[in-house]
Amino acid sequence: MDSSLETAEHRDHLRRVVIDPVSRVEGHGKVTLLLDDEDQVQEARLHIVEFRGFEVFIQGRPYWEVPVMVQRLCGICPVSHHLAASKALDRVVGAMAITASAEKMRRLMHYGQILQSHALHFFHLSSPDLLFGFESDVGQRNIVGVAAAYPDVARQGVLLRKFGQEVIRATAGKRIHGTGSIPGGMNRHLSVADRDALRSDVGRMVEWSRSAVELVKRLHRADPSLYDNFGRFRANMMSLVRADGAMDLYHGALRFRDADGKILLDGVPDQAYRGLLREQVKPWSYMKFPYLQQLGPEVGWYQVGPLARVQNCDSIPSPLAEAERREFIDHGAGEPVRATLAYHWARMIELLHTAEVIRDLLDDPDLLDGPLVAVGERQHEGVGIIEAPRGTLIHHYQVGDDDLVTMCNLIVSTTHNNQAMNTAVREVARRYLNGRKLTEGLLNHIEVAIRAYDPCLSCATHALGQMPLVLELADARGQVLERVVRD
Amino acid sequence: MTDKPQAARLRVATTSLAGCFGCHMSFLDIDERLFDLVQVVEFDRSPLTDIKHCGPCDIGLIEGGVCNAENVHVLREFRRNCKTLVAVGACAINGGLPAQRNHLDLGDCLQQVYVQRDGVEDGGVPDDPELPLLLDRVHPIHEVVRVDYFIPGCPPSGEAMWKFLTDLIAGRTPRLSHPLLRFD
Ligand code: SF4
Repeated sequence: MDSSLETAEHRDHLRRVVIDPVSRVEGHGKVTLLLDDEDQVQEARLHIVEFRGFEVFIQGRPYWEVPVMVQRLCGICPVSHHLAASKALDRVVGAMAITASAEKMRRLMHYGQILQSHALHFFHLSSPDLLFGFESDVGQRNIVGVAAAYPDVARQGVLLRKFGQEVIRATAGKRIHGTGSIPGGMNRHLSVADRDALRSDVGRMVEWSRSAVELVKRLHRADPSLYDNFGRFRANMMSLVRADGAMDLYHGALRFRDADGKILLDGVPDQAYRGLLREQVKPWSYMKFPYLQQLGPEVGWYQVGPLARVQNCDSIPSPLAEAERREFIDHGAGEPVRATLAYHWARMIELLHTAEVIRDLLDDPDLLDGPLVAVGERQHEGVGIIEAPRGTLIHHYQVGDDDLVTMCNLIVSTTHNNQAMNTAVREVARRYLNGRKLTEGLLNHIEVAIRAYDPCLSCATHALGQMPLVLELADARGQVLERVVRD
Repeated sequence: MTDKPQAARLRVATTSLAGCFGCHMSFLDIDERLFDLVQVVEFDRSPLTDIKHCGPCDIGLIEGGVCNAENVHVLREFRRNCKTLVAVGACAINGGLPAQRNHLDLGDCLQQVYVQRDGVEDGGVPDDPELPLLLDRVHPIHEVVRVDYFIPGCPPSGEAMWKFLTDLIAGRTPRLSHPLLRFD
């Protein structure tokens, strides 16, 4: 693992600079920098500071509650958790394959989810940095500023997100934290009225998604040295791909590529993830650091999410997005595209893909009619893996004969990207901050790098944290003067 | 921005404590009415802006309950600065789903996740001073500060948020009719 700048050699006497909270991201994180007298960065860390309790308090709950409960991990991508849990529990109810209607309804919900999440991330959260500049005025650097300066861009972003949310409402019953998917299938079809309403809008969504890809490409072309170099580093990649190697965001097998783009592992079934991945714990973050076991923690970490997916698959099964993927791959000229800001480009290619998939799916009669639930022989264990907006999402449950969950393990997308985000932070700190007077705009560079990953820091805080209340009084050097513990 | 003088707009701050951001997302579910809203309000600290500390505001919207020392700090900062403080959603009102941890044994759970779990390497409970101290229970926000309004729901719908805010901004006592008052 690239540990330079992870821990300063002598931590005393360094100046601490903190970015808290990291803003325009979802969830709670902060960055700390330790600088020496020459303003050289000696340590840079992204800390995940919050912690909730899902993995533990789900144990002991009836399994059929789980797809609804786990959505509360994340209000931006609730559908991802809803579906990953359902997929794991499909196996528990013995539904090794679900019905065509159920799978298509879930796919529609999922692609709607990715569309809304990608739109939200790009337009509402990240576009201000890209349109105004990283060091632009704080008062303007938000979606309201974008709406004033680029009203069409803001409007299309808001309406793209609205469309995705409406797809979710039509399939899950509610825009946020719905109830459509259940272990073994779905509990509803699409209504004709909803189908018709979505159909009448979807053509425009495809068009606007194309404009979004064009916008990102224009930004890249206007400043190639920034876009091709900012936060550039070598990393392995992981995602699900379909049996034929094509992109599939709902289901597939795991594929890993190394930093040169060579396939390391392919066709790994979802149920076998445990044999591949291990997670390292570090004392300064509640988010673990996963890595590919066979490579070890130093070099086995990897990236997930749009940048990895677009390059890990062999093709994208929709024509407009596939043409964009080719152009993206060509941009790398034989090398993987490694720049952090290319996440946005890849994300907008996926946005276009989801709009195309939704358009085609809406014509499918199975959405309106057909059996919804499958069952089979009851099992005690299941793994569900899905490509969530931010990357590979793993849910793993064991269930007892009394229907209560006995074990729950979640590896969320942002956790997979933990080391990559920390590496991006250090890369940017080294390149842009060293030796300079730290202004708000310079510090925003660090946040721009983190934002590119679209981190979902509240998802990543699912692990349970409970400790007795401890109060520490420390002096300016960090020496503890007094420590009070209340059990 | 319009040419209206800044002072004419109400200042709104929002934050998520121990929440999932679903309440913030539901606020964005007012969709294109966001553009109407920003004619009459401006945002202070919020996950949508880069303002890191809450300044004097008219309205503060709080999502999520209180699970660590930092939540307490942020919540108090909001109470000090916001004339009207609103608990948005189940987590802020009663702790919500994260409060399910309140009946569990403390140390055990940390050990389970960071030490005993299959696949864990270099196990140990994170304890760096940069990590805020956890409270032993998740608390509703009204146990820590005075709260002026509570909007139920997990999350309250975009419609409910819109009705509430437009009432408040117009100087009316906010009233949510029965269909907008939901608890799921
Ligand atoms: S009330 Fe519901 S939607 Fe809001 S933060 Fe809590 S879990 Fe999320």
